[in-house]
This record gives sequence, C-alpha cells and structure tokens, in this order.
Amino acid sequence: MKILVCISNVPDTTTKIKFLNNNTTFDSAGVQWIINPWDELALTRAIELKEAHAGAIENITVVNIGPPTTEPTIRKALAIGADNAIRINLDPKDAYSVALQLSEIIKKDSFDIILCGIESSDYNGTSVGGMLSELLDYPSVSAVSFIDIDGDQLKLKREIDGGQEIIGISTPFIGIVQKGIAKDARIPNMRGIMMAKTKPLQVVEPVSTDLYTDFVSFDYPKAKAACKKVDPENVKELVNLLHNEAKVI
Amino acid sequence: MNFEFSEEQKMIQQAAKDFAERELLHDVIERDEKAIFPTEGIKKLVELGFLGMMTDPKWGGGGMDTVSYVLAMEEISKVDSSVAVVMSVCNSLVIWGLETYGNDAQKEKYLRPLATGQKIGAFLLSEPEAGSDATSQRTIAEDKGDHYLINGTKNWITNANSASTYIVIAQTYPDKKHKGINAIIVDKNTPGITLGPHEKKMGMRSSDTHSVMFNDVKVPKENRIGEDGFGFTFAMKTLDGGRIGIASQALGIASGAFERAVKYSKERKAFGTEISNHQAIAFKLADMAVKIENGRNLCLKAAWLKDQHLPYGFASAMAKQYCADMAMEVTTEAVQVHGGYGYVAEYHVERLMREAKLTQIYEGTSEVQKIVISRTILKD
Ligand SMILES: Cc1cc2nc3c(=O)[nH]c(=O)nc-3n(C[C@H](O)[C@H](O)[C@H](O)COP(=O)(O)OP(=O)(O)OC[C@H]3O[C@@H](n4cnc5c(N)ncnc54)[C@H](O)[C@@H]3O)c2cc1C
Repeated sequence: MKILVCISNVPDTTTKIKFLNNNTTFDSAGVQWIINPWDELALTRAIELKEAHAGAIENITVVNIGPPTTEPTIRKALAIGADNAIRINLDPKDAYSVALQLSEIIKKDSFDIILCGIESSDYNGTSVGGMLSELLDYPSVSAVSFIDIDGDQLKLKREIDGGQEIIGISTPFIGIVQKGIAKDARIPNMRGIMMAKTKPLQVVEPVSTDLYTDFVSFDYPKAKAACKKVDPENVKELVNLLHNEAKVI
Repeated sequence: MNFEFSEEQKMIQQAAKDFAERELLHDVIERDEKAIFPTEGIKKLVELGFLGMMTDPKWGGGGMDTVSYVLAMEEISKVDSSVAVVMSVCNSLVIWGLETYGNDAQKEKYLRPLATGQKIGAFLLSEPEAGSDATSQRTIAEDKGDHYLINGTKNWITNANSASTYIVIAQTYPDKKHKGINAIIVDKNTPGITLGPHEKKMGMRSSDTHSVMFNDVKVPKENRIGEDGFGFTFAMKTLDGGRIGIASQALGIASGAFERAVKYSKERKAFGTEISNHQAIAFKLADMAVKIENGRNLCLKAAWLKDQHLPYGFASAMAKQYCADMAMEVTTEAVQVHGGYGYVAEYHVERLMREAKLTQIYEGTSEVQKIVISRTILKD
C-alpha cells in the first residue's frame, strides 16, 4: 500500500499575525513556517503504520502545494520519515485550487491511503479533504482519530457526539484526520535529518484552474478584554460581573 | 563570511528545542530537587541520535558538524543541563577521543555502542588532589606485560554510575611526569571498581556525579589509547573540544534564563506598568542580550574552526571562559528581574543560576581558561 500525506506550510502557531496593504495581504516577514500540526500528526501516524506493518506499507509520499520557499517544510517531513515528496509549484489561493491540484497528482499516481488534516492552522477552512473526495470520487471519512490496518481493510475511529464510531474501509480512500490520530508529532532524529537531504523531492507544475473565490480583506479578532481581578471574598461582585458584564450566567 | 545556518542545522536546532520542551521541561524541577537521574530523557536523547551526533556514520553516528552540536546543546541546556552534560561528556570527550585516537578494534568494540547510544561513557581525569593541575595524577596504571593494573581514586566523575565505558587517565611512569600518563578504556563492571556515594550538588543535581575507586583493576593492554605515554596529550586535546560543549551549555543556561526574564518582564506589573517599561529592567535585558550574542558568536566560531579542521583550542578556551562567566552574570540578573519569584524553584531561573556556577568550574575553571588564553597570546 502507498500512503499520500498532504501537508500544508503554515506560520508557526505562536506567530503574531499582521496584514499589509489595507489588510489585504498577510505579512510574512520574519514568520517561521511549520508543517500544519494536523498534517504532521497524520504523517506521524503514517510512519507508525509503516513501522508496525513492515511490508504492508511500501511507501509514504508527502505532497505540498507551494512556491519554492516551502521546501524547508517539505524537507522536515522527509526528515521525520516520509520516503519522498512532491511539491506542486503554485502559491494556492483557496481550498478549491488546493483540492484540484492534489486530485491531479493522485490521478497520476495510485495512492491507497490519502491523509489530510481536518483543517490547517492558517485559514482553518476545513474544506480540502471533502473537496478532494468529490473531485476524485473516492470515499472519505472525516474527523478520524485512529487508523490501523485490519486484514485487507483499514479500521478507523472517529469521534461522534458522546462516543466513537468505528469504521472499516477499503482502499483507496481519504482520511481527514483530527488531533489524536497520533499522540505527538514525531521529532526528526539525526539520521532522518541527514537522509532528508538525499530523498527525492519532485517539483510538478500546476494544472490551470479557475478561481472561484477572492480574498477581499482580513480583519483582526476583537482585542481580548482586560483581565479583571475580583477579591476572593467578594463572591457577590463575581456573580454580578459574570451575569451583567460577561453575560455568561 | 556567512552567518546563515543551513536547513539541516536549523532542523537540528528545532529538534533539540522540541525535545527539551516536550520531554524534559515537565519534570526538570522535581528531578533537580530529588536528584533523580533523567533516565527517560536520556532514552529519548538516544532515540533522536544526539549521542554520537558528530560521529562518522560508519561507526553508527549522525555525521553532523560541530555547529549543529552547539545549536543542539544550547537548546537542551536552556531547559535541563543535567541532560546536556550527559550529551557533552559523551560526544565531546568520550566519543570524540575514541574516534580521533582509538584504533579500529577499539572503535568497533567501544565506539560503536557509544555512538549509537546503546552505552554511555564517562571521562575520568580529575582526582582528589589533581583538578586544575591534571599533571599530578596519582592513579597508577602499572604495566604488567599483557595488562595494566589500575589503582587510585578519581573524583567528581559525571555519568560515573550510568556509564558502561570509562576512559581513565592514569600514570604509568611517575618519573616521566605528564609524559608517563596513559588513557585507558575500562569497562565499568571490571572487578575492583567501586563508586563513592552520589555527590550532593548545588546544581545539575540530576546528573550523576561520584568518585570512582580503582583497586587492582586489571585491564588488557590493548585498551590503551594511542602510544605509550600519550594519555596527557589525549586528555588535553579532548578537553579542547569538550570546552565547546560546555561553552554552549553555559550559553544555553544564559539564553534560557534570558528568555524567561524577557517574558516575565512583559507580564509583571509594578507601579502601574509592566516592569519592562522601567528602564532599569529594560537595560538589564539589553545587557544580557549583548552578552549572550557575544557568547554565541564565540561558540560558533570555535565550532566552525573545528569543522574546518583549523586549530580551535584558543577559540574554545575563550568561548568556555566567556560563556561560563557570562552565564553566571546573566542568570543572576534573570533572578533579579523576577524579584522574589526568581528565588523560588517554580520560575526556573534560580536553578539555571545554580547550573551556571558549574560551568565556571568543570572542564577547566575560568582561571584555567585564562591561563590557556594568556599563554597563547604571550607565546614567543
Ligand atoms: C559536578 C562536577 C562534575 C565533574 N565532572 C568531571 C568529570 O566527568 N571528569 C573529570 O575528570 N572531572 C570532572 N570534574 C572535575 C572538574 O573538572 C574539577 O573540579 C576542576 O577541573 C577543578 O579542579 P579542582 O576542583 O581540583 O579545583 P582546584 O584545581 O583545586 O582549583 C581551586 C581554585 O584554584 C584555582 N586555581 C588552580 N590553579 C590555578 C592557577 N594555576 N592559577 C590560577 N588559579 C588556579 C581554580 O581556578 C579554582 O578557583 C567535575 C567537577 C564537578 C564539580
């Protein structure tokens, strides 16, 4: 079986987000880029599967749609343990263009398990996985928090209200994973970092797409209200504030 | 001139940071308080390949450069120097010494398990009466034809209990003084070796430090590193590189304390504003930043020289002396920035201050570094 993990290149989660040009462009100056945390967990689980089922999983590929500047992030995925990588040379504008480019790659090469994160920590669109499934006409399971090989099938678990749903699925399919799919993202080891340099990273030109959406501008979230301290003895005041000001009770 | 790190160097730095924050930070205060050896942390350190990270892959190592090692040591020391010292002693002293001066049979038997982290090493030079003056070795390795018979006591030995492989510096020909000294590989479980109790230390309390007693310890002749009488040169050459490790450790202790001080100064309010808005505090932070940057540049310069196979002993002595003294100053100021909170364990800076003190003492005190530096300057 071959696994494809879709990885997005996102600003480090501690980045102070700023916009330029009347809030129309993201200011990437000084930003440290990382693998989208959900995708990194998906990759970690893919590697765990390959290690646990030697022979059953023959290859793990990572794919990213991005300009050449995303290559350090891709190399990190290779250092963590992916076997090879594909970069589609495009600065993607929206979820549809991402899904379309991915679908073209998947049509060319036959992957059995396609994993992508439920969302990316930059735009939090939660759309690529579903769109990809539609474009390829592959089954997909969303909010997957567990995956393992179970005979000829894959066993998945997904969180549902008040419990878990356990699903058996045949390949090919798309697993849209959420946190919990692996405990912690794997830290690359020295050997992995050294080998990442020589693992294949193929650059593919994008297919042309229509753009259906356009960013008009961005808005900052409302500034957090200042913290109010209440004397521990003054329960009345606390209740009053929670009731009348915070309006939570 | 290029100040930019390569992709691999940045990845190693990040891996070390992630490792330290994820695997060490959560119990570092408790381990320090109770002097518990970081068994789990070291296991993870091994899995990530940090022990043996600079060794030739042919012997199971990571094949990384010294610059990467400095970056990793700094990140790990920001959080836990008891783990960083295991990394430093293994990499710079034991492994480097064996890789550089050992023969192939010694490398196969001893270097490989060390470079892959299956075994931990210790470096036994200091004695109760031979510290800065390492030439006055009283431990004797008597030449008995096919073996050496070792008798004596080594003091303050880092990893004494956790290590399996010792490199022991001992005197074979007392009349030849330092030219009669040998470096000998000794399996820790050889009969006749006993450990003193765990030293109760001021800092780096979860690193295991003991004295080691040798009583008629029989070691095959083939375990001697290099020519007969090469031991003192071996120890000095090894310490030249070791100082890059300890300098980076001191750097990490300082930058760890500094990062905490910056964060705290932006949160803590006094007289109606964050304390970072008081110039006295802001200027402290500025001074700390400049010192740390100087220290980092000295470490990286020494590492770069080593990577270029250029002489680095002078640079590593400067880095060690400057960074150790600087770490002491910076951590003291970091405690000051924290006020009373800096004096309690929860905020980490008091521990970092205790850790900094050791970097001025081991692998050559700051005074000894100045001897090395001044002798080089004043030579001919
Ligand atoms: C926690 C810990 C771990 C250690 N780990 C190891 C280890 O793994 N292996 C190992 O071999 N050793 C180890 N050491 C020993 C360490 O390297 C020595 O303590 C150090 O070299 C100083 O020696 P000393 O303690 O005998 O001090 P001394 O040499 O007695 O020095 C006392 C003071 O005199 C000063 N002094 C001495 N000579 C001169 C001079 N000529 N000019 C000016 N000042 C001078 C010193 O700088 C110092 O301030 C460790 C020590 C400690 C505390």
